[in-house]
Amino acid sequence: MGKKKDYNRMGYLFVLPFVIVFLIFSVYPVLRTLYLSFTDYKGYGTENFVGMANYIRVINDKFFWQALWNTIKIWSVNIVLQIGLAFILTLIFSDIKYRFRGLSVFRAIFYLPNLIAATSVSFLFKTLLDWRFGTFNQMLMEAGLIDMPINWLGATTTAPIVIAVIGAWMWFGNSFIVLMAGVQGISTEYFEAAAIDGAGRWAVFKNITIPLLKPILIYISITSLIGGLQMFDLPFLMSGGVDGAPSGSLQTVVMYLYKFGFVTNQVGYAAAIAYVLFLIILVISILQLKVFNKKED
Amino acid sequence: MGTKIKKSIVYAALIILAISCILPFVLMMVNATRSGSEIMASFTFKPGTSLEENWVTVSGYFDLFKGFWNSLVVAVPATLLTAYFSGLTAFALGVYKFKGSNFIFGVIVIFMMIPGQLGLLGFYNLVRALGLIDSYIPLIIPAIAAPGTVFFLRQYVKSVLSPSLLEAARIDGASEIRIFHQIVLPIMSPGIATMAIGAFIGNWNSYLVPLILLNSPDKFTLPVMIASLNASQDVASNQGAIYLAVAISVIPVMIFFCFCSRYIISGISAGGVKE
Repeated sequence: MGKKKDYNRMGYLFVLPFVIVFLIFSVYPVLRTLYLSFTDYKGYGTENFVGMANYIRVINDKFFWQALWNTIKIWSVNIVLQIGLAFILTLIFSDIKYRFRGLSVFRAIFYLPNLIAATSVSFLFKTLLDWRFGTFNQMLMEAGLIDMPINWLGATTTAPIVIAVIGAWMWFGNSFIVLMAGVQGISTEYFEAAAIDGAGRWAVFKNITIPLLKPILIYISITSLIGGLQMFDLPFLMSGGVDGAPSGSLQTVVMYLYKFGFVTNQVGYAAAIAYVLFLIILVISILQLKVFNKKED
Repeated sequence: MGTKIKKSIVYAALIILAISCILPFVLMMVNATRSGSEIMASFTFKPGTSLEENWVTVSGYFDLFKGFWNSLVVAVPATLLTAYFSGLTAFALGVYKFKGSNFIFGVIVIFMMIPGQLGLLGFYNLVRALGLIDSYIPLIIPAIAAPGTVFFLRQYVKSVLSPSLLEAARIDGASEIRIFHQIVLPIMSPGIATMAIGAFIGNWNSYLVPLILLNSPDKFTLPVMIASLNASQDVASNQGAIYLAVAISVIPVMIFFCFCSRYIISGISAGGVKE
C-alpha cells in the first residue's frame, strides 16, 4: 500500500520540467502582457499604471477597427474557399456510389503547400504576381484571358483577395485531411444500413455524413478562426511592411499590434490590442459554438 | 455510360487542383535556372542556363547555408525537447494518479485555445529582462512545454499502454524513470514521431518569434533570412536569384515530405478526430 503511493508521487517529478517551463514561458508572458496593457510601458525604462486608458484608446482607434475589418475580410474569403474546397473534396472521396480512387496521392499533393514556410510562399507569389515582370500575368496574357497586366498586389480591391486565395491554397489540404479523417471515422455500418434502406447519396450525405462531421466542422472553424484572426506572416510579407500596403488594405490586427509593440515602442498600447483581439476571438468562438449547437434542434 | 463521363469530369477537376498545388513550385524551379531578363520576357517550362549566375547573386545577398544551419540548430533541439518532455509529461498525467494532475491538464486545455499573440509582448519583455535577445535559448527551451502535444500524447499513452505491463516491470524492480525510458517510450514512439514531425515543421517554418528575437544577420534562421530579401527589391534584374533562394529553402522540405507524408497525414487526422 505504501509502495503504491510512492509510484504515484513520481508523477510530480515527471511533470516538473513541463510545469516550470510552462509557467515561465507560457503563463507568465500572458499575465505580463495583461499587466502591461494597463501601463504606458515603452519597451524600456519604467512603466506607469494608466488604468483603462489603453483600452479606451483601442475602442476609439479607427485604425484598429480598420485592421480588424481587413483581417475579417481576408479571413472570411479565405475560410469560405478553404473549407468549401475541403468539403467538396470530402464529398467526392466519401461518395458511396462512385468510389473515387487515389485518395492518398491526392491528399499528399493537396497538403504540400502547407509545408512550405509562409516566407517562401510569400516571396514565390510576390515574384510570380509581380505586376510588370511576373510570370502569372504573362501566362494570362499568352492565354488571351487579359489584355493588360493586372496589378494584383497593388490595388486595394485585389490585394486582400489575393492573400485570401493564397491562404486557402496553403491550408485547404489540411482541412481536407481533417474532414476526411472524420468521414473515415464514421462506422461503415451506418453507410451499409443506409444502403440497405435504399437511401440516396444526398440523403446519406445530409443525414449521416454532415451530422457526424459536425464536431470536426466546429473544430476546424474554431481553429481557423483563432489562426485567421492572428494572420501575420502572409499579409506582412506580401505587403512588405507593417503598414499593409496598398493603402493599408493588408494591415491585419497582429500587424497593427506588431507596429506598436516592436516598431513605435508603445508596448502598453500593443498589449491592450492583444487583449481586445483575444476577447473578440473568444466572443466569436462562443457565437460559433452557439450557432452550431442550434442547428441540431 | 453517364457515370463514366461524370467520373472523368471529377477526376479532371481533381487533377487540375493537384496541378495548381504543384505548378507554382515547378515555375519556381524552372525560373531559378533562368536569368532575370529571360523571366521578364516570357514564361516557359524549359529550364534555362543561368543557374550558376543566379547562385552567385544569391550568395551576394546572404549565406543560405548558414541560414540552413541556424534553422537546424534551432529546430532539431526544440523538436527533441518537445518529443521527450511531452512524452514524459503525458505519461505522468495519463498514468499516475496524483493531486493536481487534473488541474494541470485543465490548464493545458485552456492554453491550447489561447491565441499565441496574447503572450507575445510579455514573452519578448521576459526574454529582454533575461538578457537573451539574439540568443537561441528562448527559441529552444520553451519547446519543453508544448500543451497540444501533451494533450494528444496523454490520450495516446492511455490507449496503448496496458497497466499490467507497468506492474510486471515494477515487480522486476525497475525504477519508474527506467520504466519510462525502456518500456513506455518505445511503446509511445509512433505517437511521439507523429507529433515530432509536426513540431519540426512548425519550428522550421517559424517566422514571427525568430523575427522579433534575432538581431544579427548571421544568426537568422532560414525564414527570417529569406524575408530579409525584401530589402533588396531589385525584382527586375534579380528575379532568377529570388526564385533560386526560395527554391533552396523549399526543396529540402519537399524531400522530407516525400519520406514522411504518411506520418504527417496520420498526425493531422488524429489531431482532428480527437477533439
